[in-house]
Amino acid sequence: MIAELGHFALILAFFIAIVQVFVPMIGAQKGWADWMRLAVPTAQIQFILVAFSFGALTYAFVTSDFSVRLVAANSHSAKPMLYKVSGVWGNHEGSMLLWNLILVLFGALVASFGGNLPPALKARVLSVQAMIGVAFLAFLLFTSNPFARLDQPPFDGNGLNPMLQDPGLAFHPPFLYLGYVGLSMAFSFAIAALIEGRVDAAWARWVRPWTLAAWIFLTLGIALGSWWAYYELGWGGWWFWDPVENASFMPWLAATALLHSAIVVEKRDTLKAWTVLLAILAFSFSLIGTFIVRSGVITSVHAFANDPTRGVFILVILAFAIGGGLTLFTFRASQLKSNAVFATLSRESGLVLNNLLLSVAAAVVFIGTIWPLVIDLVKGDKVSVGAPFFDLAFTPFMVALAMALPIGGVLSWKRANFSRTMRPLWGMMALSVALGAFVWSMNTGGRMLAPIGVTLATWVILGSLADLATRSKMFKASPSETLRRLKNLPRSDWGKAVAHMGFGLTIFGISAVTAWEVEDIRSARIGDTFTVSGYEISMVAVTQSEGPNYTVITGEFRVTKNGNSFAMFPEKRVYTAEGVPTTEAAIDMGLTRDVYLVLGDPQDDGRWAVRTYIKPFANWIWLGTLVMAFGGALSLSDRRYRVAAPSRKPARTIPTPAE
Amino acid sequence: MRKLMILLLILATPLFAVQPDEILDDPALEARARSISKELRCLVCRNENIDESNAGLARDLRLLVRERLVAGDTDDQTIQYVVDRYGEYVLLKPSFGNNMLLWFAGPILLLMGAGVAVVFVRRKPEAVITELSDAEQKRLSKLLDD
Repeated sequence: MIAELGHFALILAFFIAIVQVFVPMIGAQKGWADWMRLAVPTAQIQFILVAFSFGALTYAFVTSDFSVRLVAANSHSAKPMLYKVSGVWGNHEGSMLLWNLILVLFGALVASFGGNLPPALKARVLSVQAMIGVAFLAFLLFTSNPFARLDQPPFDGNGLNPMLQDPGLAFHPPFLYLGYVGLSMAFSFAIAALIEGRVDAAWARWVRPWTLAAWIFLTLGIALGSWWAYYELGWGGWWFWDPVENASFMPWLAATALLHSAIVVEKRDTLKAWTVLLAILAFSFSLIGTFIVRSGVITSVHAFANDPTRGVFILVILAFAIGGGLTLFTFRASQLKSNAVFATLSRESGLVLNNLLLSVAAAVVFIGTIWPLVIDLVKGDKVSVGAPFFDLAFTPFMVALAMALPIGGVLSWKRANFSRTMRPLWGMMALSVALGAFVWSMNTGGRMLAPIGVTLATWVILGSLADLATRSKMFKASPSETLRRLKNLPRSDWGKAVAHMGFGLTIFGISAVTAWEVEDIRSARIGDTFTVSGYEISMVAVTQSEGPNYTVITGEFRVTKNGNSFAMFPEKRVYTAEGVPTTEAAIDMGLTRDVYLVLGDPQDDGRWAVRTYIKPFANWIWLGTLVMAFGGALSLSDRRYRVAAPSRKPARTIPTPAE
Repeated sequence: MRKLMILLLILATPLFAVQPDEILDDPALEARARSISKELRCLVCRNENIDESNAGLARDLRLLVRERLVAGDTDDQTIQYVVDRYGEYVLLKPSFGNNMLLWFAGPILLLMGAGVAVVFVRRKPEAVITELSDAEQKRLSKLLDD
């Protein structure tokens, strides 16, 4: 019964979304205030209905109602509660319901808290948001009904893929979707602005917090996924350039570019058409990502949907959203002229460079991801595009970005003076290069990765600090004056510095772990002791036991270095319901290194395969992303987004052609 | 009985990536084998290279790579040997010759984008003529009248 109510709520939400598409839009075109206002209650009711529907599905999972097909196929009565709940989105239908829930959540947030938006803009934004809602609710109702019943419910369910039974992965999809789908807000604002034919500083100020919120979640979601891969897949890889990872990375790159270009629109009223285009592209990448994951056209681990009708349906949505968005853009872009001019050396140019590098990098990832598909369609050949390609083709853009970042970040608006800009930075640059040279001289292997990585990371971090120091007159004014100035810096400036330092930390983590990782593969007998890069590791025992829903073989190891000794317990599990084996590495995490121990297969002579990795500074990769996200949050808390509804200057109105 | 089956299942888990018995005695040769393995796709897996794959076929390929290296092949010869047998699909780094557009995509887009950006940055300001709004017009005429 509750499942049927959930289904019914979805159908209702679908019809309300249709109303929300037309009424507020017509109201905005005609200037009818009451028609425009209707968008607020419809958006709120839509959210309540989809939330109810999501609750109903969760209830079915929690109570293990195996008469619901989805529950029977993806859950099991013996599963721990956390995974019963996360099982709701651990499958195609449920994850699309989550997608819809987040979509209407953002709509309801704009409806409820967008009080300072001009009524016509708000109505149009919500109408566009509802168009996306109609499309995806239809997708859910017509191709992926999560509430379908079984005539003959099984006694117990099929269980959830054991790889997904993990806390990291339980929260990965909601964060990722908050990011992905959050970008729909930027898209709706862009389309609404194109319909109005008007983009100004106020518009940018409204768009930026939504994009920023989406970006924060996307950053965390990607980081969670990567961290999960690191500890779960058993060899400590943290990024594979898998199509599905790329699907989340492309919107991230585009959203990062958008965040930066929106600053230019807000502060300097230029780069408007490009910013609108980026907003459309960022969400298009989200849609393409959804398509890649949901259709399974580019096979990868995540593809639980291999139903062609679903793929075609999303392709149609994609064509409408991207095609429609870009068509509207070509007609209206010329109206988004800007009157601001700036010198070749200026903050504006710096941000243009930022956008150039980020968007070309996103394009490279995009082309690499779809290349096998294109070649298959065009030539009928099968090719692979994997990590070695992306490492070569993508990394240079990030290197260039890191090189330019500290300079671009301190350039003054309109016209910058090179020598004055560089004055606080020369020292930082020298220090970074010196540190890189030091690392290079210590490096016996001769790989350039570590020295370059260290130089760039230090440069980015010190550059951000130098900016803070200059702005607070550190060492020039009295300490109390510096402190006062630091305190009075806008939160967005702190956010900028912190996020950029996070980027530096991540660069450092990536270069360090890639360049300095030590690996040891051997077969060991109980009682054996071996040494890996200074760590003395003895194999103490191997035991078998039962977990809540799995059987487990546990190895016990004692690891000693410099008199410090600790135990590690790598596991091999077999999940009883699913009959699937997994490897659980034992990881001793540390700020300067992780010791990563994996128990392999038993060998013929009573030995076990044992793999040991020493991974220097691995955690800095995710620490950096956390710092980046925190920087985003600081920026989001800037008072200019909360206080003072940015008033629109009574600019000239562009005559709207009769439609 | 069920316990035994589960135990057997655990023991029969797929081979786990590079096995101790595969490793070559010569560390230099082994290092080359590892780096080659990272560029070859496990044909039956989803986006995994043979170095990290658990599949039996990946193990066969790893052994094949080592065999060729021990026989004295260069890295390129070894890769070519595998490509000759399994096709270009095995390359995670697609060949340059057949995928020029892919390899040049980044540089080309960067140049084009840079061109557009330079034109945009250096453009001369357009004289923007802002028409006066009705209210402003009224105020202006009023001021002129006074």
